[in-house]
Parts: sequence; structure tokens; C-alpha cells
Amino acid sequence: MKLVKNAAGRFVPTEVNGEKVIPYKGVNKHKPTGNKFGAPIKSCSNYPLDGNKVVKNLREALKKSGLKNGMTISTHHHLRNGDVLTNILFDTIKSMGIKNIRWYPSASFPVHEHLIQYLNDGTIHHIEGSMNGPLGRYTSEGKMKGIGVLRSHGGRYQSIQDGEVHVDIAVIAAPTADPFGNATGDRGKSACGLLGFALADSEYADNVIVVTDNLIPFPCSPWQIQGNNVDYVVEIDSLGDPSKIVSGTTEVTKSPDRLLIAEYVAQFLEDSGILKDGFSFQAGAGGTNLAFALYLKEKMIKKNIKARFIRGGSTKYLVEMLEEGLTDYILDGQTFDLEGVRSMRENVGHLNTSPFTSYNFHGKGNFASLIDAVVLGATEVDLNFNANVVTHSDGYLLHGIGGWQNCMFGKTVILAIPSFRDRIPVIVDEVTTLVAPGELVDVIITERGIAINPKRKDLLNAVKGSNLPIKTIKEIYTEVNAICGGKPAKPKVNKNEVVAVIKWVDGTVIDSVFKVEK
Amino acid sequence: MAKAIAGQKGDKVRSDCYIELTTNNNGGIKLNLKSKVDVMYGESIKSTILEMCEFFGIKNAEIIVEDYGALPSILMARFELAVKRLNLGLDKEYLPVFNKKNNYKTSKEKLRRSRLYLPGNEPKFYPNAGLHKPDAIILDLEDSVAPSEKDAAQLIVRNALRTIDFYGAERMVRINQLPLGLDELKYIIPHNVHVILIPKVETAEQILQAEEKVNELKMAFKIKNDIFFMPIIESALGVINAYSIASASKLNCALAIGLEDYTADIGAQRTNEGTESFFARAMLVNAAKAAGIQAIDTVFSDVNDMEGLKNAVLEAKGLGFEGKGCIHPRQIQVVHNAFAPTESEIEKAQKIVAAFEEAKAKGLGVVSIGSKMIDAPIVKRAVNTLKIAELMNAIK
Repeated sequence: MKLVKNAAGRFVPTEVNGEKVIPYKGVNKHKPTGNKFGAPIKSCSNYPLDGNKVVKNLREALKKSGLKNGMTISTHHHLRNGDVLTNILFDTIKSMGIKNIRWYPSASFPVHEHLIQYLNDGTIHHIEGSMNGPLGRYTSEGKMKGIGVLRSHGGRYQSIQDGEVHVDIAVIAAPTADPFGNATGDRGKSACGLLGFALADSEYADNVIVVTDNLIPFPCSPWQIQGNNVDYVVEIDSLGDPSKIVSGTTEVTKSPDRLLIAEYVAQFLEDSGILKDGFSFQAGAGGTNLAFALYLKEKMIKKNIKARFIRGGSTKYLVEMLEEGLTDYILDGQTFDLEGVRSMRENVGHLNTSPFTSYNFHGKGNFASLIDAVVLGATEVDLNFNANVVTHSDGYLLHGIGGWQNCMFGKTVILAIPSFRDRIPVIVDEVTTLVAPGELVDVIITERGIAINPKRKDLLNAVKGSNLPIKTIKEIYTEVNAICGGKPAKPKVNKNEVVAVIKWVDGTVIDSVFKVEK
Repeated sequence: MAKAIAGQKGDKVRSDCYIELTTNNNGGIKLNLKSKVDVMYGESIKSTILEMCEFFGIKNAEIIVEDYGALPSILMARFELAVKRLNLGLDKEYLPVFNKKNNYKTSKEKLRRSRLYLPGNEPKFYPNAGLHKPDAIILDLEDSVAPSEKDAAQLIVRNALRTIDFYGAERMVRINQLPLGLDELKYIIPHNVHVILIPKVETAEQILQAEEKVNELKMAFKIKNDIFFMPIIESALGVINAYSIASASKLNCALAIGLEDYTADIGAQRTNEGTESFFARAMLVNAAKAAGIQAIDTVFSDVNDMEGLKNAVLEAKGLGFEGKGCIHPRQIQVVHNAFAPTESEIEKAQKIVAAFEEAKAKGLGVVSIGSKMIDAPIVKRAVNTLKIAELMNAIK
């Protein structure tokens, strides 16, 4: 396979699965032109006048949608590890004898290990989405027929909008829907909160199938997916396992080391002056993230400070802050627990968002760049602040990108990470896979110290005199190598065999993932 | 053919390893390594094991290593243990390189508000322990180590003292009850231990035995730095003999109390109010102060009850204790905050010290504030209060 060196100095292919791709050019350097992609014209006269689009089963809906070999099928991941529908979907596709499907999920989860049999037998040709856990391992070992493509949530929206990916059939799991196809995720036994990751699919796919386990009479209100975009509605017994869709309770980490990192994050926001009335921040559901929000909350109460909005991943902790008046709004991208789902139903300050609003390259501006501070994780960060979130230091692909690349456009980007995990250094000389360029990463907060990107002179000045352990990234790197027993060896990979590519937010290829040699 | 096992295995094991060593009469060294960090450190692990085989004169053996990310010095301790469990190389020690950062010293008067217990056979907690800024860490060879793993903990603690950076925390080791504890001193004395906690002390004689052994080892290993004792009183007899124990040796820097064993010994239930141990604790404080050393309170064992911990420290402080044991890093800041002088205490101390300085400048023998005479111990306490206050501000 012919590889070229892109603007980040990484070797990437110029053709992926038979289609031309553009190597990464630099942050905001790629300026595509032309028109957005258009879905085929449909006529209402071809749809039932009584608005009843219910067909008898998924097989029927796929057949009516014209399912053929080699098509692109999209799904969303709001059901997370509780998703049963996607597995049923591919069982059905297999039983129809269809081959070479491009599966285009907004993310995959360990529950989708079920699909490995279909990757093996050729039902699925390759995955464009995230390859988590078992699917990542499968891909890394070079077993997938095509090349995997990893995109951020915003990158997925971009690829649909500019026609890079043409979705033939979108299958949308809907916890509540009506026969017309109006659908919502904020209620029903499989409630997952919002359905933002399916928004683009509903608008741009050739055919849209809504699958629900809670069919109610028209109208399903409020609707997050508009029935006017929907071709068919299918009712099934169960979309998935509710206990794995949202957790009953989200727990804050008990790890003293992660709590220490979380404390440093909150302290950093205070000492750097970011924490002030009307500010905004982003917090996910990871252990450290939840804890940092709680420490921040204490500080906000003490200083009588209120946020204008908090961007989540909503959890009961963010809901409490909304209900206690510590923030005017939650801008929710995905809902992690039952309290988040309840709040979304009941509170007008709890807003649904989608990758269209949060970050997409073809949008006329994005919410991501309005956020004062975002706190993210990473699998590796290197001496140039380049960061990795998809592979581990052993070369294996184990995580998707999610909204991570998109959050990089926040005003201050903080990576809150341990400096090493069980003798695996997280601060390394060079990342295994480049997923975000160092120029967008502002601060690294570890249990061993805080490193500020030298280009953020304002932040370096702001924390002068603070008693936070400010160090250079090189100092942390040296300390970690000393603890772990020297510089770690690099994974053995076949540099001629690309198993997946990493897309930047603009659709260009920022790096390749290579086959792991056993 | 002989076989020995060392270390831990299983899904929950982190930062440790499991070793099976079977010696043979021929066949050379066969090493079977399974490691979570194989890609990054597999070669390094293999070369360490082979080097150790050579060091201990093992020529023919089958070695199975299941590694869960053990740091190098932990891997070494585990393999050395397997070797020694085969009664090989008993006269030799395979010592990892001493980390230069671990050369710092301690002093008898050092603050000992918090001491964090680290189980002696559970190395995963070590590398980050010092980051939580306890006044001291304790590598524990006693109650947290199963009787069958005492030999394992001795090597782990020895190697930890040499290699792990505890970031300035005072380096303490709790040995086992004498006489076993005396045999353990050789694993710690040569490796810059600062304070030895001697459990279940009942007589001054026991302290003298420990002192003799320590001096012998210091001489043998040419150790110059100060090593202090913190006897732990855990029985009725110990309480009754508290003063003679506290004053038995100039190496004593503090006297601590352990209430679990004490309450069992006097046949009382341990309660939250602590009425049953009031006498013992008051006695201990008086014995320590009479001997001019620190009085240190027992551990607080409910790691989720931070409010309870705070109240327990305030109560201990009220009785005259100067330190509290911690079993979880999150307890440390709570303990420090509760021991911190209050604003009015600081203000009063500043006035006293100012008056003292003024009197000194004027060449006056008597210090007074208004009409009140100030004694030397009061000045000393005020100086101490300000010292703690300064340290707290440095942390906040």
C-alpha cells in the first residue's frame, strides 16, 4: 500500500477501501468547496395517507428499503452497551443472504462482539465508526476485510453532509415512536435520553427505518427525530438491556490518585482565572471527570459563582448543579444515567444537542469553541502535546474517538490523565497514533504534576505563584520513565499494512493504524 | 527438582507478578513470560530474570512469570523470594539500584500529624503514596501481612525503601512484634529507614533490645543517619509501663497507641465515644510528654466517614495528641486540616512570639504580655503552632 507523509509527519494512505482520501493538511487548512450532499427526492404521495408507516418486521423494512450487497447501513450508539437491536439487525441481514455491508455506527461497544462472525463470513465488509474492545482487537490483528475508518462525532456529521459517506439505510433505535416515525429517546422502557447521533442519518440517508419497543399513538411529543424523514417504522419487543443503556447511578471514582488529579483540575481552573461568573465547562462521565465537576461545584458555591452552561455527558451530578441553580443550562450530548434522562424530560434548561450544534466542520460556527474549559482523557500524550485516544502503547486499537477531537476546539483543553497505568507510561516520547495535534492541547494534568503547553503563555503567567505542581512535560516524562524502568519499547507493527485510518474533523486523514505483529 | 512460588496472580492483581521457579539438573534456563506490558517491557523483564539467575547461580530451571505490570524492583523482590524459598542464595541479596532521591533525612521533632499505612505485600499502592503528601508513610510488615507472606513482605519493603520515591514523606516501617521484628531489622536498616514502629510494646526492655540490634546493624552497614523508634502501646501492661517505655531510649521520637488490641486486652468493646480508652490515651499523652516526645493517636478506620475523622482528630488534638494514623490517602488532608491551628490560636501564638522577641532584644529575662507572665514552654508551643500554620499555608 502506498503511503504519503501528511502535514503532521504521519504516514497515511491516499486511497481507502477503493476511494480517494485527502492527507491531513494542518488545523483548519483544508477548505472544501462545492455543495452539500443531497438525499434523494421523495414524494408524500408515495407514503400512507393515514400516516401509518408500520411494517411487520425488520426484514420487511430492509427489503422495502431495497437492501443490496455492498450497501452502507448506519446505526447510532445511544443504547451503548445495552444495544441489542444492532445485533438483531445483522442477524437479519445475514439471514437475507446479503454480503459486503459497510457498517457505519456512531460508535461500537463490547456488546457488538456478536458481529465478529459477520465480519468473518463477509456479511460485513468493514466498519466506519469506532472499534471498541473486541472489535478493535479484531481490526488490529488485520482480520477485517476492508480498512476501518475512525471519525469523531463531528467528523461523522461532516462525512454525511459532504457526501464522503452515502448512507443507504439508516436504522434508528427509538425508545418511543409513533406510527408516523416521530421518535424520542427521553422516555420508554429503553429510554436513553437524546438521539442526537442519529440526526444526520435521519436527514441524509436514502431510507430511514425507525425501530421502537414503545409504539404510541401519533403524535410522539416531543420528537427528536422527525417522522417526515422516516420511511418505515418497526415494532420489536426490546431494543436492549436498560441497565446497560443508562446506569441507575453514576459513581464518582474512589481511586485516591484520580481524585487527586480531579482536585488539581478544579484548582487549576480557579488559579488560572477560568473559574468566574458566567463561565462554561465540559464534563463527561469518566471517573476523573465526574469528580472534577464535584470539586468545581464546591468552589463555585464558596465563591458564589454560577456557570452559564455546562456541556455534558449528563449525569445526576450535573443535574443537581442545574437544579441547585449553579448553571443556567446543561447542553447535553448524551445522557449517562436515569437522572439525566428525567431532567431532560422535565427541565427546560436541559437542552438536547447533536453533532450538528456541538461541532461539525461544515457548520457556520460550532458550540465547541464557545466552551471555556474542556476536560478530556487520553491513552497517550507525547512531549509535543500530541495526543492519542484510540490505541494503546501496545499498538492495539481499543477505543473510538467520540467527541474528543471536537472538544479540542474549546478555549482551554485539559487532558486529565494518570502519568502511567500499571507500568504503562501515558506520557511518551511520541504517540503510537496521532489523533489530536499538540497545538490544540493546552494543559496536561497528572497526579505527578501539571504541564502547560509553552504556547499558552497566558496560562503559564496566570498560574505563577499558585502552589500547584507546575512542571514541564519533559520533567513528568523523565520521572515516569524512571519509575517504569526506562523508555518503553515500541509495538511491533507492519508498517505496510494499514488496518484503519484516523480522520481529522475536516475529513482528511491524520494517521494510520497498522497491523499488530504477534 | 524443587519448585517455589512467589507473588500474586488473578484478574484483580495490578502492579505485581506471579512467579513459579522449578530448578532442574539440566536443560538450562527456560523462561515462560506472560506480561501485560510485554510489548513495552518484555525484553527488560527477561533480562532481569536471567541476570538474577546468574547472580544466584541458577543454571537449570523452568521459570514461569505472569506479570501484571510489576515495577522492576517488585519483580526483583518476587523472583528473589522464589529463589530463597528454595533455600538458595540465602547469604546473598539482589539489591536494586538505590534511588538518589531517597537520600533525605529526618529529625526527631519533625511533624508527624499523618502517617499513611501501606501494606507490606501490596506494592501497587507505593508509587503514588507520597503524592498525597502525608507527613509519613509506613511500610507495614505486621498486621496487614499474612503470616505465610512475611518473607515476601520483607523483600518488597526492602526494595521499596531503595527505589520508590515517597516525595519527602518520612520513611517508616512497622516491624513485627519482637522477637520476629528484631530479625526483620536487617532488611530495613541499611536502606534509609527513618522511623521504626515497634508494635505491642509492653516493657522498656523491648526498646533496649531493638536499640542494641539497630546499633549493631548500623555499625555493620556503616549507617550514619538517624533512625528513630515509635513504640506502639496496645495492651494494659503497655499503658501502665508507658512512661518507662517512652523514656527507655533517646531513639524514641514518639509514642503511639493502638486501640483495637488494647480494648480487646482490657475486655471492653470499642465505642465511638471512646470512654473505654480514655484512661489509656490520657496516660499515653502524659507519658510521651513527660519523656519529651510526641504522642500519636490510633488510626481512624472508616474511610468513608470524613466528618467522623475530622471530629476524631479534633478530639485527639484536644487530649494532647499530635498525630493520627491514616489507612487511605483521602484521610490525609482532613487530618492535616483538623490539626491545623485555628485563627485565634495563630493570633495568640504570634503575640507570644513577638513578646518573646521583644524581651530578648531588650535583654529581659522575663517575657510578659500585659500583666501576664509567659513561661518558656508556652513560647515553645507558640513557635510550634506558627510552624504548623506556616506548613498548612504552604499546602493550601
